[in-house]
Amino acid sequence: MTPVQRRWIFLGAIAALVAFYLWGLSGLPGFGNYPGPYGDVINRVAVAQTNATAVVSAVNFSYRGFDTLGEEFILFVAASGVSVVLRHLRGEQERDDASADWAMPRATDAVRLAALAFTGPIVLVGWYLAAHAQTTPSGGFQGGVVLASAFVLIYLAGEFLLFKRISPVDITDAVEAVGSGGFAVVGLAALGMGLAYLANFLPRGSTPGAVSSSGTIALISFFVGLEVAAAFLLIVAELVEQTLLARQEAR
Amino acid sequence: MASPHIMAVVTPYTVPAGLMDVLQVALLVLVAAGATALVLTRDPLRQVVLLSVYGVLLAVLFMAFQAPDVTLSALTVGAVILPALLLLTLAKVRRREK
Repeated sequence: MTPVQRRWIFLGAIAALVAFYLWGLSGLPGFGNYPGPYGDVINRVAVAQTNATAVVSAVNFSYRGFDTLGEEFILFVAASGVSVVLRHLRGEQERDDASADWAMPRATDAVRLAALAFTGPIVLVGWYLAAHAQTTPSGGFQGGVVLASAFVLIYLAGEFLLFKRISPVDITDAVEAVGSGGFAVVGLAALGMGLAYLANFLPRGSTPGAVSSSGTIALISFFVGLEVAAAFLLIVAELVEQTLLARQEAR
Repeated sequence: MASPHIMAVVTPYTVPAGLMDVLQVALLVLVAAGATALVLTRDPLRQVVLLSVYGVLLAVLFMAFQAPDVTLSALTVGAVILPALLLLTLAKVRRREK
């Protein structure tokens, strides 16, 4: 195929794409106009039904909890995949890895100070987000990611050995399994009571928006927080592990 | 609760509708510019740094369109953890190249 032919094929394809795109755009509802019934119904009944004032969380962890379960397992499988590809087997030696004589500059005092100063507040924010899914815009996913980034800060501060000590791979693996398994088990518990899968079977409290309200929504958000924090921590740990080992030997 | 449609709640922090339109349009233009700059960048390290900036832009955009949940996700994933993972991967790849 000559370049000229290729260009004509490209021009034809792009013209068709633009035409379909414009056709689709012309059929969209106006900006800010929501025509479907589902959102309006949810907005009207969600707070009364679940006592969760964060309706998005109520949708994610209750009304549409089954979808979220699938999404959570996507992350679980992705983290497992990274581990399978990167983790060293016992006795495995990397032949052409020059990590032992690869010198990374030490973190400067400014980086160390900033990283360590932010670690505490970030743990607090992450925990707050994971624990308040039912009250304010937040949830286990965002909270888990923030918690994992606190561990990354410790690594960034140059505390390699501390990073390795507080996030041993065995424990991270277990926490990830408990987090993703816990979500599924909450659903199974509802089944065991003769309810629908993931039905909200816990007492929902009397005050909408209280931290103790919303039943399984808060519980599932907590499990998601565990799973997400552990999954991201696991991925980071697998990526930096060789550097860690090399430095440990160099000491 | 009574009406399913948008209620005009006025607080001391309410921004006039016209001003909000200006903010939203400005943010849409910024995001489009950021995405274009990201595509035109060729050096992987610069791409990662720019990706983080673009993540912040997207987060602010979602905030201006009244989606605080999505803002939090975009901030944590797009601006922090994804660039961090890419940086670590780059470090690994470059080490092997040397």
